[in-house]
Amino acid sequence: MKQFAALLRKDNQPVRYLVVDDSVFARKNLIKMIEMFGGEVAGEAGDGLTAIAEFNRISPDIVLMDITMPQMEGIEAVERIVRQHPSARIVMVSSVGYQENILAALQKGAKHFVQKPVKPEVLYEILRYVLSDDPNAVGVPVAMAGEHRS
Amino acid sequence: MRMELIQPFINAADAVFAESLQAPTKIVDLEMDQEAYRRKGVAALIAIKGDIEGRVILDLSPEVAVKVASQLAGVEVEASEQVVRETVCEMANMVIGNSVTLLNDQGFHFKVFPPEIHMDETGLAGSADTEALVICIETPCGEIYLNIAMHYLHRRRQERNAVPALD
Repeated sequence: MKQFAALLRKDNQPVRYLVVDDSVFARKNLIKMIEMFGGEVAGEAGDGLTAIAEFNRISPDIVLMDITMPQMEGIEAVERIVRQHPSARIVMVSSVGYQENILAALQKGAKHFVQKPVKPEVLYEILRYVLSDDPNAVGVPVAMAGEHRS
Repeated sequence: MRMELIQPFINAADAVFAESLQAPTKIVDLEMDQEAYRRKGVAALIAIKGDIEGRVILDLSPEVAVKVASQLAGVEVEASEQVVRETVCEMANMVIGNSVTLLNDQGFHFKVFPPEIHMDETGLAGSADTEALVICIETPCGEIYLNIAMHYLHRRRQERNAVPALD
């Protein structure tokens, strides 16, 4: 299995993620990758409404957000979260990757987009990029994944 | 059969399975079908409506679904009806999502409906006036079937075929 340098926060703590997808299966897949990157899953949600509540409760560093979900779709959830928390970092993760969807998500405040099936190396680079936009909040990779807890 | 509508689904399925299962896949059988579709295992049916219309069925046995789930999870997954449903739905969503992206980039607009899972003994509805293409894809986890029936919306076809009157 490919090894990744851990993505850590400025305070050397693991990056905290909120994973939002209506498929338990897809969430597990993303969680596996987050662990490969040395991150910590702070919360999970299966729809947009729960995602908003979870964001308010746990204030994650990054949200991985599906688009097509019951109750409230991902793009609407992005809009509501960013309206309340303008510095929220949200990466859209969807199998539907056409221009209109991507543009709509970015216009509502998402930072990036990754298409399913997610390749770990692609997600890693996107997370690095998204985390690097605020050097005061999150540090650069400093150790191999798994080493930071020792 | 409009191959330009079918090809994106074949390409997407190939790419999704190869990437998800981290191994090459191969189309081992391909046939045309106009009868009600007889499932081989658990099937997810996704309907498409818009500039082009039809439906796609992704079909795999519960044993293959559990192997796929284990491969994706990176650990042995215990077989259960929920695991099988989740796996079939997620694979279908990924294949359809990627296909829709390819077709949308070609200028087609349509709505994709959520997958309906079929696990009981009844056959699935036939594809009305459209022939279906049934593809068997060999993967490291076992065979996965894709049944694709797509056609242009009738109104669009008439518009496209309309020839300007000549003086």
